[in-house]
Amino acid sequence: MSLWEYANPVKFMALSGRILPWAVWLSGICLVIGLVWGFFYTPDDFRQGSTVKIIYLHVPSALMAINVWMMMLVTSLVWIIRRHHVSALAAKAAAPIGVVMTLIALVTGAIWGQPMWGTWWAWDPRLTSFLILFLFYLGYIALWAAIEDNDTAADLTSILCLVGSVFAILSRYAVNFWNQGLHQGASLSLDKEKNVADVFYQPLLFCIAGFVLLFVALVLLRTRTEIRARRTSAFLARERMG
Amino acid sequence: MKALLTRDLRLAIRAGGGFGLGLAFFLIVTVLVPFGVGPQSALLSEIAPGILWLGALLACLLSLDRILALDWEDGTLDLLACAPLPMEAAVSIKALAHWLTTGLPLVIAAPLFALLLNLPSAGYVPLVLSLLLGTPALSVIGTFGAALTVGIKRGGLLLSLLVLPLYVPTLIYGAEAARRGAQGLETSTPLFMLAGITFGVIALLPFASAAVLRVNIR
Repeated sequence: MSLWEYANPVKFMALSGRILPWAVWLSGICLVIGLVWGFFYTPDDFRQGSTVKIIYLHVPSALMAINVWMMMLVTSLVWIIRRHHVSALAAKAAAPIGVVMTLIALVTGAIWGQPMWGTWWAWDPRLTSFLILFLFYLGYIALWAAIEDNDTAADLTSILCLVGSVFAILSRYAVNFWNQGLHQGASLSLDKEKNVADVFYQPLLFCIAGFVLLFVALVLLRTRTEIRARRTSAFLARERMG
Repeated sequence: MKALLTRDLRLAIRAGGGFGLGLAFFLIVTVLVPFGVGPQSALLSEIAPGILWLGALLACLLSLDRILALDWEDGTLDLLACAPLPMEAAVSIKALAHWLTTGLPLVIAAPLFALLLNLPSAGYVPLVLSLLLGTPALSVIGTFGAALTVGIKRGGLLLSLLVLPLYVPTLIYGAEAARRGAQGLETSTPLFMLAGITFGVIALLPFASAAVLRVNIR
């Protein structure tokens, strides 16, 4: 029993079909708990007022925007090394979710920044890095869409993903060098002392869990759709051959 | 290798367009900027390094699809794939030819255009140095983008979209070095970073470009 067994589309479909409803329901429950708790049952911050509550959308989406790209990097590597089609399709399925997450992070940040920093946009390192990440996602999706042959598209986008990852990291440090930021440093981390008060922190954990599960559900759903689309086109091709 | 390089250089110079295009575009940008932002020399000298770097980058971007598209259409790339020359070397030569016909003329012309934009005299050496170090990276990264989109009809827009984020680090360090030079500040840090990026992409990116080309030719 190894992980690679699920590279078989039939096994993958069976397993993902069993996981999918759980992921959907759990993410729904987590998001409802986290957002309702966060929006209605936490006090206003003494300096930021009620705008602090946008953290419940901003932080999880920003977290996912980066992690989705990481997942695409891993699945691209698996495709290049072991040529499992499910892996390439999962990367293809994840990209539009990643771009939406990046967009949510940018938009909620702008909405929060307007009253707090007095501006919708600033060329701050973190904001700029996210804008660049957004462009990487757009290029990746456009390349998938532009190439007709599936295997060629998978190969090219995987290599783009690898090269893009290196350049994304380079850009992040270049941008830091280029301009000092308005954005506060990391508020959450696993190994340092936490900066967020418990009242805000607990609902935030629910929101993060909800976003992660939402991503799992969406990516499984979209990968299943891609696999079915492949099967359909293979079936149609066979019909035409007679 | 030498034959390929001379062939590419000859084609670029003789076939018309390819060689002058980047330079003409660079000239257009530098001549039009003062009309756009006003003729105040203080303002111009402040934005000159950025404008010159941006003009050089866009001029490179403009000529990228010529690197491989013509060879793809007439089948030269298929022959190159069969040749004893490894694909990595062929791709590096292509990038070198692009740099010699686009990047190098820009570097040589830059001081002249800097004069038009009233660059402070301290800024000339850092500007030329940063362009000299940075433009090879633009050519190599551009060749990777061209290799990715070579099979796509009218892939110009896609090529720009793909290359745009890849150019960001080079532009940041290059323009920063030129800007610091113009203000009389220390320029070694951004120049070292720029050189690092350039040598890094020259060493590593041809492997990615060659892999991509092999997939496209398959």
